Amino acid sequence: MTTYIDKIKEISKRLLRDGKVDMVIGFRKGSLPMMNQPMFARNEGDVDSFVWDSSCGVNLANYVTDRSERIGIVAKGCDSRNLVVHIIENKIKRDQLYIIGVPCTAMIDRHRIAAMVPGEIESIEENTADGTITVKGEGFSETLNKADLLQENCALCMHRNPVIQDEPVADPVPEQSPDDVDRYAKVREVESMSPEEKWAYFDDLFSDCIRCYACRNACPLCYCPTCFVDESKPQWVGKSIDPTDIRTFHFLRAYHCAGRCTDCGACVRSCPMGINVRALTKKLEKDCLEQFDWESGLTLDKRPPLDVFRPDDPEEFIK
Amino acid sequence: MKAIKIAKTEFKAGLDKLESAYRLYGPVKEKQYYTFKALDKGEKPDLDYTNTRMSAKSLIYPQAEVTFEYSLDKNDDDYAILKEPAKDYAPRAVIGIRPCDADAFAVVRRNFETPEYQDPYWLSNMDATTLVGLACNTPPSATCFCTSAGSGPFNDKNLDVLLVDNGDHFLARVLTEKGENLTRTAGWTTAAENADVVIESGKAASEAAFSTTVHTERLKDQSLIGLYEAEAAIWEKEAFACINCGTCTYACPTCWCFDVQDETYGKSGVRIRNWDSCMFPLFTIHASGHNPRGQKVSRIRQRFMHKLKYYVDKYDKGIQCTGCGRCVRLCPVNIDIRRVCNQMNSYNPESCSCEVTS
Repeated sequence: MTTYIDKIKEISKRLLRDGKVDMVIGFRKGSLPMMNQPMFARNEGDVDSFVWDSSCGVNLANYVTDRSERIGIVAKGCDSRNLVVHIIENKIKRDQLYIIGVPCTAMIDRHRIAAMVPGEIESIEENTADGTITVKGEGFSETLNKADLLQENCALCMHRNPVIQDEPVADPVPEQSPDDVDRYAKVREVESMSPEEKWAYFDDLFSDCIRCYACRNACPLCYCPTCFVDESKPQWVGKSIDPTDIRTFHFLRAYHCAGRCTDCGACVRSCPMGINVRALTKKLEKDCLEQFDWESGLTLDKRPPLDVFRPDDPEEFIK
Repeated sequence: MKAIKIAKTEFKAGLDKLESAYRLYGPVKEKQYYTFKALDKGEKPDLDYTNTRMSAKSLIYPQAEVTFEYSLDKNDDDYAILKEPAKDYAPRAVIGIRPCDADAFAVVRRNFETPEYQDPYWLSNMDATTLVGLACNTPPSATCFCTSAGSGPFNDKNLDVLLVDNGDHFLARVLTEKGENLTRTAGWTTAAENADVVIESGKAASEAAFSTTVHTERLKDQSLIGLYEAEAAIWEKEAFACINCGTCTYACPTCWCFDVQDETYGKSGVRIRNWDSCMFPLFTIHASGHNPRGQKVSRIRQRFMHKLKYYVDKYDKGIQCTGCGRCVRLCPVNIDIRRVCNQMNSYNPESCSCEVTS
């Protein structure tokens, strides 16, 4: 991916120089390994701080919501899909955006990698030629296959290439197909559980939640001016750490994302407690695919299924 | 202050003895991470830990605490009267807390115990608690910066006992009467000779191993308004990536803000105080709908101005941070207080510029 960054910088500088955009949104190197930080560049000098590697997992579509400037934005497949959702939902106008498309080679899972090595990670080196990542820390150095370190959503991703873009930084990467990868194996595992097992599963899933709302706030879909958990008239949900309130928050938030979620993994990536929030949204993605033949964020030309009524909508669930 | 030597076998036996006099808390690994928990009978704290994922704050100041109960049944004699629920302030001991987390209680005390106000919940919990600290022989993380944040890997100012792991035994400083009572109850009474020499050399070695610092020496003399108005130089850039979640606040051992909520169930209810965060828009929104901190740039400025300027000016006791590094490690988008602090410290209002470290 090292060549990507040269092209990203070249395009970004040109856009700013020509006055085509007011700002370009990309990533700068973070102060910790695997933690690149979203940043904006308003001039060519700022662009020199841009980086690109397998730790650019934050979804940048989250940073254009309701902005009024003309924006250049570096977009992976999932970011581009969330830009589509944003445009459909009037959170940004298509002609405000200049989308710099990055054919994504998948992002690495910082939670998982941290659990794989014996100590604190001090540095990460990526070898794009042989697909390995060397993780170093005090007293250890391990070279691992990147393929084994991916964020789960990236390992299951079918849309690595941007679906909407103004200029690509490279030729498309090969896409995975549902024949290669079983996207919903884990969802089916939960579906097949008895009610008691499901209860125990979800009980455990959210037992560490501290209600910091990082999952919600990292999500490009969660732009409501006042989230239902923050409303006070009426107050839908208690605000303490009562398990019922915590589960209500997660389940309802997931439903609000049905037919809109692109499985970008921002929620899981952001969670300070390492909770697999995607366990909920992936199920809803599966339902939307099976019932409405719908994958979100692929086209500007169709309304999302939960936006519209069609006489042939499936209705087995109304009984 | 006296120094004692506790063989590791003797340490375990002592913990068993403490169980009858104290409720014990300590670091335990649950799933992937360490957490402070109330130890079950016979359960031992895992002192091989680095530090807990979340701070020890909740041991004294729970994330949600019931402060009153009430009845809404008009037939009840005590209808609509706020009553304090029974609380358990029996003696408890925290075994193996790191010095940064213990120092954080001293920081928070400045808010919860003032000449005007004494917070009964926080103070009662604190009074009931004996803190047995564990010195950091090496910095637990590359993100630790306690040595430049008014704390230190061997800091014993806010502990009752400081344990120093010294191979097959601990050396311990017994620092207060509470510490005296605890070590006596545990049967840890063997005087240690030359303990200070060993502890001081361990301290020096640990301090020398810290690789990261914050610069705070100019914060007090900086113009408050100057820093507040440093939007272009500091705040807009730092705020951009911020998603305004509560991770930094909740992970921080020194963040003390709370919200009060009434929760009603049928004809009875409770008043709860919950941790709150200045990162949330709800923190400042007025009943009118106006929000004086309506933009995230003003919320992130508030967080850092409070910790690194207002607190410094108000108390003259350094920054409202003990350098535990949790917010740095846990922030989903890598907002780094070290970077912000160094910018604030080096800010020049005349040129509107500051030094940006990576």
